[in-house]
Amino acid sequence: MINTLNRKFNVALAGLALLATAASAQTIAITGGKVYPVSGSPIENGTVIIVDGKISAVGAGIPVPAGAQQIDATGKWVTPGLINSSTQLGLVEIGQVADTRSASAKGKDFIAAAFPAWEGLNTMSVMIAPARRDGVTNVVILPTGGQLVSGQAAILTLVDGMPTDMVLKTPVAMVAQVQDPGNAGTGARGELLVRLRELIEDTRAFMRNRAAYERAETRDYIASRLDLEAMIPVVQGKLQLLVNADKATDIDAALRVAKEEGLKIIIGGGAEAWMVADKLAAARVPVLTGAMNNIPGSFQTLATAQENAALLRKAGVQVLIIGNAGGGDEEAFNVRNIKQEAGNAVAYGMSWNDALRAVTLTPAEVFGVADRVGSLQPGRDGNVVVWSGDPFEFTSIAEHVYVRGREYLAPDRQQLLTERYKKFPVPQNIPTISR
Amino acid sequence: MKSYFVRFALIAAVAGCTQAKPAEPPKPDASKDSAAQTGPGGISRPNADPFPSTYVQRAAAPLVIRNVNIMTAAGPTIRNGAVSIAHGKIVAVGATVDVPAGATVIDGGGKYVTPGIIDTHSHLGVYAAPGGGALSDGNEATNPVTAHVWAEHSVWPQDPQFPRNLAGGVTTLQVLPGSANLIGGRSVVLKVVPARTVQGMKFPGAKYGLKMACGENPKRVYASRGPSTRMGNVAGYRAAWIQAETYRRKWDKWNKDHKGDPPSRDLGQETLAEVLRGNILVHNHCYRADEMAQMIDISKEFGYRIRAFHHGVEAYKVADILAKEGIGGSLWADWGSFKMEAIDAIRGNVALTSNAGARVAVHSDDPSGSQRLNQEAAKAMAAGNAVGIPVTEDMAIKWITINPAWQLGLDDKIGSIEPGKDADLILWSGNPFSVYSKPEKVWIDGSMYYDRLDSREQWRTDFELGFVTRPQEMNR
Repeated sequence: MINTLNRKFNVALAGLALLATAASAQTIAITGGKVYPVSGSPIENGTVIIVDGKISAVGAGIPVPAGAQQIDATGKWVTPGLINSSTQLGLVEIGQVADTRSASAKGKDFIAAAFPAWEGLNTMSVMIAPARRDGVTNVVILPTGGQLVSGQAAILTLVDGMPTDMVLKTPVAMVAQVQDPGNAGTGARGELLVRLRELIEDTRAFMRNRAAYERAETRDYIASRLDLEAMIPVVQGKLQLLVNADKATDIDAALRVAKEEGLKIIIGGGAEAWMVADKLAAARVPVLTGAMNNIPGSFQTLATAQENAALLRKAGVQVLIIGNAGGGDEEAFNVRNIKQEAGNAVAYGMSWNDALRAVTLTPAEVFGVADRVGSLQPGRDGNVVVWSGDPFEFTSIAEHVYVRGREYLAPDRQQLLTERYKKFPVPQNIPTISR
Repeated sequence: MKSYFVRFALIAAVAGCTQAKPAEPPKPDASKDSAAQTGPGGISRPNADPFPSTYVQRAAAPLVIRNVNIMTAAGPTIRNGAVSIAHGKIVAVGATVDVPAGATVIDGGGKYVTPGIIDTHSHLGVYAAPGGGALSDGNEATNPVTAHVWAEHSVWPQDPQFPRNLAGGVTTLQVLPGSANLIGGRSVVLKVVPARTVQGMKFPGAKYGLKMACGENPKRVYASRGPSTRMGNVAGYRAAWIQAETYRRKWDKWNKDHKGDPPSRDLGQETLAEVLRGNILVHNHCYRADEMAQMIDISKEFGYRIRAFHHGVEAYKVADILAKEGIGGSLWADWGSFKMEAIDAIRGNVALTSNAGARVAVHSDDPSGSQRLNQEAAKAMAAGNAVGIPVTEDMAIKWITINPAWQLGLDDKIGSIEPGKDADLILWSGNPFSVYSKPEKVWIDGSMYYDRLDSREQWRTDFELGFVTRPQEMNR
């Protein structure tokens, strides 16, 4: 950590040059806390320095730069901002109000590969601030719809601004499924897989015969031109396919197709993934799964086990903890409950360090942004949380949440409502019901 | 112990009567309303309990759990204390207790004991896993008023969600019809125990509840035939109560004078009349503050009481009114925003409403949340503290024990650890408000029904056999 001192100045200089016009240029020094960089061992009495929105130094015994805003984190826990890898934050505001939903594309014949979910992002969503206030600094937004291919995902940073400000990387995955034949326009699992293979084959044919296609001299393809176009990086193995599959046999099928077609895949949901943990590990396929599921809620999820995440990790699988137990709007309103999921993963066998990794660095790695977020290292974005205690415990509070070095302190909608009704009788200027 | 044999004898008689001659009707009990008696012939006169509980308390040796922190829900946590139970009841609780001869003694090792958790809002059994249309039995969405249906007739005792609830420490739950209808039908209060029949799970002596629902759900479900508006909803409740009041008067008069033939029976009106008589508790699904105030006015117009508003995401706005009217709130810790009437959800709802003096329960309406009501209560506690409403663990434990017991009208039997109460207990692996803690052992009426450390003491439903593979069963 000593050499970070030199690097810190270089980074700081580079930052100053880049952000010479930024009014918010400042240095923050978080000192005295137990620092969990995730990329390395925990540091007792550690210091994290953020300069102009970037982490410039992390370690013990680092001097506080002159003029820095100092945060005393003695007795506190300092972690990277949490990453929730499965949300519709900014895509769905009120589930049952149609014109606040922008997460599902119509597509054509159950294929919507060209759909860029982030293009419809509502950055004014009132859900963003509460998620951030509880320590979530990045989210992956996934298209829903559940078709054979439902569109492309992005990872966001929860800064204020427009979609162009919030989007960290696009696309980070193409979303597909191999568990619902009906929603793929097919009648059986085997037929769904044929259709998926046909899509891959047609994408390859489209790539080979582009000129002929433009002259309308090719046979009909299964998908539209833009969907085929969007599938090219997937069949090239450059863009990962996030395959939603809960049933162990469906996961096995996904692994088979991926191997035969040379695809890079991630499994989403993975309720029964523990049954094929060794295969997933051998194929180096990561799994997005919750840690609070144990109900055999359908015939696709009969072997759902709350130990799933821990068993996968034990087998060497990269695990990204998400909230998918159902109920409570965990994709938007309760994106913040990712820490409860992580805590439950620990309660059911995962190591605490692995659980923290599953909501920080592992998602950053899997979605290709580990150079920006997910750990506390010099050069990373200043996404840092100071917790009053163990971040997974309910009694712990995110006392300071920095996103690219900025702390957002304006009260959110829930806080405004709370203040209004906190004391009875409610103040005169608030409509009351007198009885 | 004697009462078991009496109950067994009755079961045998009832079981037999389907094949042989009718059993003797029970002797009238002069101390009860005559409407509660089974009439000979049984179809012209109401029977207050036509599907009686056949739950039988298991015999168990006296038990002492010592060296534990006891959250009693009746007073401050007893640090390093002990609790003693016998014959299904709590005998003593305190810093020390006498150990009766022959008692099993468990050293709690500094862990925690709480009362069994009570969930006021469950659809277990009526929306059973593994789901699908065949097991979708929670909403009789064929008419906006279906006071005639009883949730218990939809409960599948082999729902694999029951044992998971038990493993989460839930010992009593209220299963309600869904919220598609203005008046959805009767609820049933169950003990979370294995049984072949729903009667075997029914909490003996528990009052029935009536499910009512405000707002968006009924008007959405009945948009084409009505009610399609909130004003249509209110007109619907009032029309139902007007009819019910007439029915009640007619039957109450006949029950008093027995003049002429008894009035004809109507299952729906029977239920509503029992609400008007105060014998069935109203559980009213309602999100918005303004609608809760209107429902209170309706209850006053017709002279019934609302026992609890369920969901009540805006309860915090009318918490003073709920407190004054003695109406409970069955609330979520942090659900919100999934529909328009839920957009003002705040995480401080439970704490703010509780702080104003209303009797608040943290409920689930969700088979997953129900298993972790301790975690839900912990979130609600933390949210209160975060907004400057101090909530202690001793207050928060009440949200999932004695307060829901009160909402079900069972606070004299369950919900706290006090001598004389039913011995429904949980031994936790640690502080129940920690995310890392889990129920280790669960007792109902003094008998252990779940042991996390012993798979032989883990209930598996018929459904799970062969269908559901557990990690410990895989040859890996």
